[in-house]
Amino acid sequence: MTAVYSEHALVLSVVLFALGLFGVLIRRNIIFILLSIEIMLNAAGLAFVAAGAKWAAADGQVMFIFILAMAAAEVSVGLALALQMHHKLKTLDADSADRMKG
Amino acid sequence: MPEFLWIIPALPFGGFLLLAIAGRRVSKTWVALIGAGSVGLAFAAALSVGISFIGAAPGVNSYVLDLGTWISVNGFTSSFSLYLDALSLVMVLVITFVGFLIHIYSAGFMAGEEDYARFFAYMNLFIGSMLILVLADDLLFLYLGWEGVGLCSYLLIGFWYKDPLNGLAARKAFVVTRIGDTSLSLGLFLLATNLGTLRIQEVMYLAAGRWPVGSGMALAASALLLGGAIGKSAQLPLQTWLPDAMAGPTPVSALIHAATMVTAGVYLIARTHLLFTLAPQVQTAVAVIGALTLVVAGLSAVTQRDIKRVLAYSTISQIGYMFVALGVGAWSAAIFHFMTHAFFKALLFLGAGMVIISVDHEHDMFKMGGLRSQLPAVFWTFLIGACSLSALPFVTAGFYSKELIIYYSLASPLGNRWLWVAGVLGAFITSLYAFRMVFITFFGESRFRVRERPGMIMTVPAAVLAVLSLVAGFIELPASAGKTRIFSTFLSSSLPAITIREAAPGAETALSAFAAIVSLLGIFLAYILFFHRRRYADRLTASRAGRLGHRFLFGGWGFDWLYNAFIVRPFVWIARINKDDFIDLVYLGMLWSGSRLSNILSISQNGKVRTYALGIAFGAVIALAIMVFK
Repeated sequence: MTAVYSEHALVLSVVLFALGLFGVLIRRNIIFILLSIEIMLNAAGLAFVAAGAKWAAADGQVMFIFILAMAAAEVSVGLALALQMHHKLKTLDADSADRMKG
Repeated sequence: MPEFLWIIPALPFGGFLLLAIAGRRVSKTWVALIGAGSVGLAFAAALSVGISFIGAAPGVNSYVLDLGTWISVNGFTSSFSLYLDALSLVMVLVITFVGFLIHIYSAGFMAGEEDYARFFAYMNLFIGSMLILVLADDLLFLYLGWEGVGLCSYLLIGFWYKDPLNGLAARKAFVVTRIGDTSLSLGLFLLATNLGTLRIQEVMYLAAGRWPVGSGMALAASALLLGGAIGKSAQLPLQTWLPDAMAGPTPVSALIHAATMVTAGVYLIARTHLLFTLAPQVQTAVAVIGALTLVVAGLSAVTQRDIKRVLAYSTISQIGYMFVALGVGAWSAAIFHFMTHAFFKALLFLGAGMVIISVDHEHDMFKMGGLRSQLPAVFWTFLIGACSLSALPFVTAGFYSKELIIYYSLASPLGNRWLWVAGVLGAFITSLYAFRMVFITFFGESRFRVRERPGMIMTVPAAVLAVLSLVAGFIELPASAGKTRIFSTFLSSSLPAITIREAAPGAETALSAFAAIVSLLGIFLAYILFFHRRRYADRLTASRAGRLGHRFLFGGWGFDWLYNAFIVRPFVWIARINKDDFIDLVYLGMLWSGSRLSNILSISQNGKVRTYALGIAFGAVIALAIMVFK
């Protein structure tokens, strides 16, 4: 088994982050946008863990726990918003929620 | 007693404050009592200060009262200090006394007026400012009074503000005198920067020590002061505001535009006379301006129809005499003429005011006529004023003061025969227009039925002034008539006596006699043209040349037309086309680009979540790029 270098982990997190970002920008469905944000969060978490492993410090894993907690909160708020949106607009298309301009 | 000097200007200011605050809540009687009383008390205070000043130890020629520092910055100090000497004492006495009489007269004249309190408040403010002007020891303090009288002049000319024409006249007076005021303030800057002080006595002392006669500095300083004097005293070429200033109530014209304010320029030149002796060219200019003005304004006075405009042009012309006297170095003669002029011109204005209210506010003399029998008291006092104005020999004050000036304009080393010719010509014109006014207004057929004669409250001040217009001249008599020199001796402590050229014995008498005869000829011509053979005058104005000349003189030699065509209209035109000038463009450009930018940026605020996310991502990329590549 070949060793996993932190560079590899960083590349993976960049790829994941880019995927998530494009997902946020391209997807119109709000559920998929939330999913993409999850991917971005986890990409960031991975980068933290990789960095922590490289310098043999526990800080990276501590940060990941924070990110997990924040992601849980974000998902609960995000899903509540999605429910409300579906309730009010009968759709999950994020672009249709543009009544408040500016 | 001179330590109570501050009371003199303080009293009218107190009256002003009282009337401004409580004037609307008290009855008219109280308003008149406060208004006239404060000035009367100021006169009493001036009298007692004056008596103690004259009775002071010999050799004490001046008294300075320091009331505190006004400005003290970087070595330059200006203080509220009063200066009493013979010159300012004479001015103060004349101002408070004539002012007091005019205030009493106003109580009757303005009786039907709604804004009684406002009128008296302004009048008191005016007297206070004028007293500051003549008592100030510091040129900056003097300037405060100078601007104060300018302000009051504006307020009082536009007193009947409901007629827009009066407001226009007020603005014109303010703007035109402002030209002179600007010149004066430049002069003050020049003196302050070069001499480091504005205290008049120090300025004169330092200037005499530092600047040689005829040096550029002395020329510039005195020329700038002269500019201020010209504006305030309505001399050529800034005289156009005074005839229009007659829009104000007649007591205002009597007080401000005849007796006191317009002579501020004369006072300024007399006060700073040393500067002018350092600049002989400017002093000559003073005399030339005076000589031109007295003839130009006198000729205009001959053609006016409005009785007050005749008097206005006459005032300009008489101040021209004072300027001639100043220009030839006859300082005390100028102040002497100022005093007698204050008496007889105030008297004439009071008389004109009584005529005007007796004939339902009609100003046109040609619509009056034959008022002699209907208004005897007015007629006699007015006649005395006119006699004094036209220098009727021996019995009037105007004779002694004017003959003195005419004589000095030839006899002084600075004088010459052209000034003398102008003076004599002016004397002729003066008696012509003075008696034209008398004959047209009071003689001839009666065109008006007077319902109510002016009351005692108006005739008594006029009578007092009439007496003074006759006897005030006896304190300064020429060699031919007793040679009394009370006035010039008194003033000699503050104004140097004139040196006269050696002349043949009896020359003074002969010249006086000649000038007196010329004055009488003027009266005689007025008698012929405007009483005895009225049709000669009509025929004269009916001819083509006569009509043109009449129009030219009636319009004041076209000065108004000239200023309108070459200054006012181009200025208005430039202002209109330059409404959106470069400076404006900057601000308009800021406005335009701001609203454009807002339009552009508001496109980004489209409410779409994904666009915002894109923006955030883009910003994050830029921020990262800056961090990485910096």
